[in-house]
Amino acid sequence: MEEDLLAWLLVNYKLAQHRVQLEALKEGCFKDPAVTEATKEALEKIFAELFKEAETMFQPNVKSRSDFFRDIASSGFMTSAEKLAKNDSVLFDRLISIFDRTILRVESKSYATMFETYMTFACEQTVKHPAFSAFGDRIRKAIAYAVSVEFQPINTIGTGYGRARLPFPKNQIRSEILCHGLGAHYMFPGTRTVLDIGGQDTKAIQIDENGIVTNFQMNDRCAAGCGRYLGYIADEMNMGVHELGPIAMKSRKQVRINSTCTVFAGAELRERLSLGEKREDILAGLHRAMILRAMSLLARSGGIDDEFTFTGGVAKNGAATGALRTLVEENYGKKTINISADSIYTGALGAALFAKRDQLGETVNVDLKKLKKQKAAIAA
Amino acid sequence: MTAKKIIEDCEDLYNDLDFTSVKTWKEKTGGKAIGYLPVYVPREIIHAAGMLPVGIMGGGPNLEIIKGDAYFQSYICHIPRSTIELGLLNKLDCMEGFLFPAICDVIRNLSGMWQILFPEKYVRYLDLPQNFDKEIGGEFYRHEMEQLLHDLEELSGNKVTPEKLNRSIGLYNKNRQVIDKLYAMRVAQPHLVLTSDLYLLLRAGNVMDVEDHTRLLEGYMAEVVKEDRKKFDNIRVIVSGAFCEQPPLALIKGLEASGCYIVEDDWVLGARFLQKDVPITADPLEALSDAYLNDSVSTSSKYEDEKEKGKYLVDQVKMLNAGGVIFCAPSFCDPALLERPMLTAALEREKIPHTSFKYAENTGQFSMFREQTGTFADSIKLWGEA
Amino acid sequence: MKKITPAPVAQKDIEKEESMILQKKMIGDHFKRLCTAKEAGKKVVYTFVPGNINELIWALDMLPVHPEINALQSAMRKKSGDYVMEAEKHGHSEDVCTYVKCDIGMLKKGNIGPTGEKLPEPDLLLLSYTGCFTFMKWFELLKQEYKCPVVMLQVPYQANGKIEPKMTDYVVRQLKEKVIPALEQVAGKKLDMNRLSALLESSARAEEDLVAVWDSAKNRPSPIDAYFGGVYYVGPIFSAFRGLPECEEYYKLLRAEVEYRVRHKLGPVTPEGVMKEEKYRIVVEGPPNWTSFREFWKMFYDEGAVVVGASYTKVGGYYDRGFRHDPEKPLESLANYCLGCYTNHNLSSRIDILEKHIKDYDADGFVINSIKSCNSFSAGQLMMMRELEERTGKPGGFIESDLVDPRYFSAANIKNRLESYFQMIEAKRQAAA
Repeated sequence: MEEDLLAWLLVNYKLAQHRVQLEALKEGCFKDPAVTEATKEALEKIFAELFKEAETMFQPNVKSRSDFFRDIASSGFMTSAEKLAKNDSVLFDRLISIFDRTILRVESKSYATMFETYMTFACEQTVKHPAFSAFGDRIRKAIAYAVSVEFQPINTIGTGYGRARLPFPKNQIRSEILCHGLGAHYMFPGTRTVLDIGGQDTKAIQIDENGIVTNFQMNDRCAAGCGRYLGYIADEMNMGVHELGPIAMKSRKQVRINSTCTVFAGAELRERLSLGEKREDILAGLHRAMILRAMSLLARSGGIDDEFTFTGGVAKNGAATGALRTLVEENYGKKTINISADSIYTGALGAALFAKRDQLGETVNVDLKKLKKQKAAIAA
Repeated sequence: MTAKKIIEDCEDLYNDLDFTSVKTWKEKTGGKAIGYLPVYVPREIIHAAGMLPVGIMGGGPNLEIIKGDAYFQSYICHIPRSTIELGLLNKLDCMEGFLFPAICDVIRNLSGMWQILFPEKYVRYLDLPQNFDKEIGGEFYRHEMEQLLHDLEELSGNKVTPEKLNRSIGLYNKNRQVIDKLYAMRVAQPHLVLTSDLYLLLRAGNVMDVEDHTRLLEGYMAEVVKEDRKKFDNIRVIVSGAFCEQPPLALIKGLEASGCYIVEDDWVLGARFLQKDVPITADPLEALSDAYLNDSVSTSSKYEDEKEKGKYLVDQVKMLNAGGVIFCAPSFCDPALLERPMLTAALEREKIPHTSFKYAENTGQFSMFREQTGTFADSIKLWGEA
Repeated sequence: MKKITPAPVAQKDIEKEESMILQKKMIGDHFKRLCTAKEAGKKVVYTFVPGNINELIWALDMLPVHPEINALQSAMRKKSGDYVMEAEKHGHSEDVCTYVKCDIGMLKKGNIGPTGEKLPEPDLLLLSYTGCFTFMKWFELLKQEYKCPVVMLQVPYQANGKIEPKMTDYVVRQLKEKVIPALEQVAGKKLDMNRLSALLESSARAEEDLVAVWDSAKNRPSPIDAYFGGVYYVGPIFSAFRGLPECEEYYKLLRAEVEYRVRHKLGPVTPEGVMKEEKYRIVVEGPPNWTSFREFWKMFYDEGAVVVGASYTKVGGYYDRGFRHDPEKPLESLANYCLGCYTNHNLSSRIDILEKHIKDYDADGFVINSIKSCNSFSAGQLMMMRELEERTGKPGGFIESDLVDPRYFSAANIKNRLESYFQMIEAKRQAAA
């Protein structure tokens, strides 16, 4: 019962987040200078569809298509737009360009102060459920308490690409390499090698028994092999990026793709398709090619040691992890490979651990449970 | 054996990254094998030491690069990564030594990488002279060859006498004569001697004994005339720039299919590097050196002092009645790409049409090349210029 | 490679040492000489920095021009981007060396040198083919433009990690029978061997002082930055001045300044001011980027990273192991000078040199700046990194940029890597403490 309730609250919380962003997207799209009568009509229909779809998308035990609003929204938008503008490529192109412009603004908007709104929405949605309606008041009360609890930050650490723009002193900035190392160590203490494939870059990191980075390599200037590569492929195929993995996993006879060059990816894909190769086989080849790039970074950083932890958005892609497992075993023998559902938070977790560690002067064995107790003590 | 069957066998050799034919040769003869990278090494010396010279031209389109990319940045050409891949996969173990001739900085540095990666192998960087005076560059080259000869004697346990070396020189002279005949035959009947055939025949020479190769070429020429091959209204072109990292076979076929008859090219150039017979004399090293200094081809890894840049290409166009030149060079290839503006300038002075593209040995898409060369061919056909 | 501030903004905060001012004057004077060369009846010889045989050129009263230096100065003056694109418009591939393209582009746009005046055309192209294949193509390309004679000096590669007698002989022979006659013909006079020896004697004295400057980086704090500062320190000796009295004077002065800094425990002078705290001691492999040179340097400065040893400052002459020009054996020592330049060493020797730097200068680690343009440096660097990590136990950092192509300098990317790299060293230190 308790578990069920939490699961429902969680999905409804996600629904709330999704709706707020969808609302922002809708508003933005209508304000776009390229909007005409025809696109307006199409946009109305598309967003009606997207809102409807959202209601059914967030269910307990249903695996989310992606953690990123962009992915979910873009594939839904694309599908609807394609249907509506079946014989009207001008309309289709216009809709897509409106979407592309707007999504950037929606993504960069901050939703940091929305916790209460989201929680309240999640609560109201959840208590509508027959299983919980009898406990409505108790649930509301508990949630109101949770919302009222004030966080008391003990330290702040900035990381990530935008860290240079943070108003923090230098000693409160950590590179995302260090954060990924420490985060991976916390999630899987036996970790010695970390691979992170994110949207913008790929990192191969070696850490010691304390989560301290001993070596790292990042992809070279060429973006081939980053998550963005899959993005290009998805765009080329008119799909959401999260749809690629499942299709690729259907492949029985993978095609060898030699170039992971993002510039040529589209051309290569089209040529393969025109040669009659199957979509899933080509996609399987593309995933392998991408993982091969990661393998060479791993080799540059010093190879793969047990245990090996794979993080970042691409770690959720089954075709990518499948290719990785195969290649790791072929080249380094059997290794423990850790992949967590929360792997996209590894860097953030590492940053938080640095915040805590450096505050308390601890260097090893950071334990979040202790942190909770300390917080309680401070509150008391 | 029909011409078709001969070419099928050659294609098997081309695709065989395990160098089975080298292993077979070694079993049969008990000799050792020496690998060499493009463009030119004096194979006669290797042969005279009772060893098999093996031309290594990268991994081609069929080798998946798993380890090699860890050694090279994305802006370096492809051949060194596939060569390292072959080495790390132990596919080159059947060779006891490796020669890296002076051609560019990448192959030069690869020799140093090889020394470190494969310390148990004989590795030699063969510095070729860029001074073409007999007394100066010739002297230096002679030292290089003497050192090589001495090393190979030690490695093979065979003494290389002038007689043996002259015999080898004779065999390679013969081989080059036959290759020249094959090229002449293609010039005369490009629809009959397909470039893909010719290419595979030359590639076969990389991995087999020189006498066997000569026989193979002769066999093909005797057989191919029996074929009935359709003549197309193609333009005649010269392909330039592909002397080191090789274009995939599919690309070569694609060039022909797009409407071009290739009447001259520079792939597997080492086999044709010397343009005249090396004379049989009492001092065969001197003869080899003289041949290199005086009678070797013009190509961009060689310094050209007196000669007018690109004249050889213009001459070829005129002599072979070609309609244009296709510069087909590997991406990031310093020698070919730095040379290109000088060659195109020479062509433009003579109003000879040309077009350029870049490839990698494992390029997987050909439609854009076909489109480009097809358009090039059409424009020459229609208007007599590109 | 001289002290030119990229933009004419007020930079009062920049501490200028006397040696810097002297170098600036030397370079200014040289360009003045060059611009008036034709009127003064002086002959001009273009030649490359690695394996330059300036003493021979000066001994015959001719003036040397080094096209790489023009290219890098164009980059520091933010002109190189246009020049590179100009060359690409003329059919040069985007894949090849940007020094070449910058030079060709500059030529196509009127050959205006760093001082804003037109550079004189060459009377001779002295192609000293040392450690870089591209040099050969470069002068073949220039030959098409200038129609002047070219003389080739091939310097064999140290493939086996040593200079063999036949290599020295080959170079000496070329000097005697090809290069000197060609130079004499253009100069219109005979080479005076006594004059050459005197110049070489002077070179050796300057070399002695330069080595002492490199050696000073063993101090803590290091009084010099051996890479960013180092490219200024090699300015005179790598470019036009080796063998001249002003070159000797410069190095005497520089050495005295450095010794003063050692005595007073001062860190290196940087464009951002004197380095306050030396947090990291780093060895760098590879040439610098010139288009964002100051920004690049600042990334090290901001982190408290001092470069204590660099391979790039050995491309135009490698003196650390005792080689000096020798007035007693003039041609032989010129040959061995050429043979000894850094990129003429095979990979094993390059690894040895860097390993020795890391150990001698007690470095915390090493950074490889992998240059897209320069295969001579770059091909094999990833393997060098592995070997060095194995041999020294120090971590290697890897960044990518280009010589003079501004399109190939991604500041955010490089900064991210460098910061991560330095933070990694710091985290390791804390863990060890």
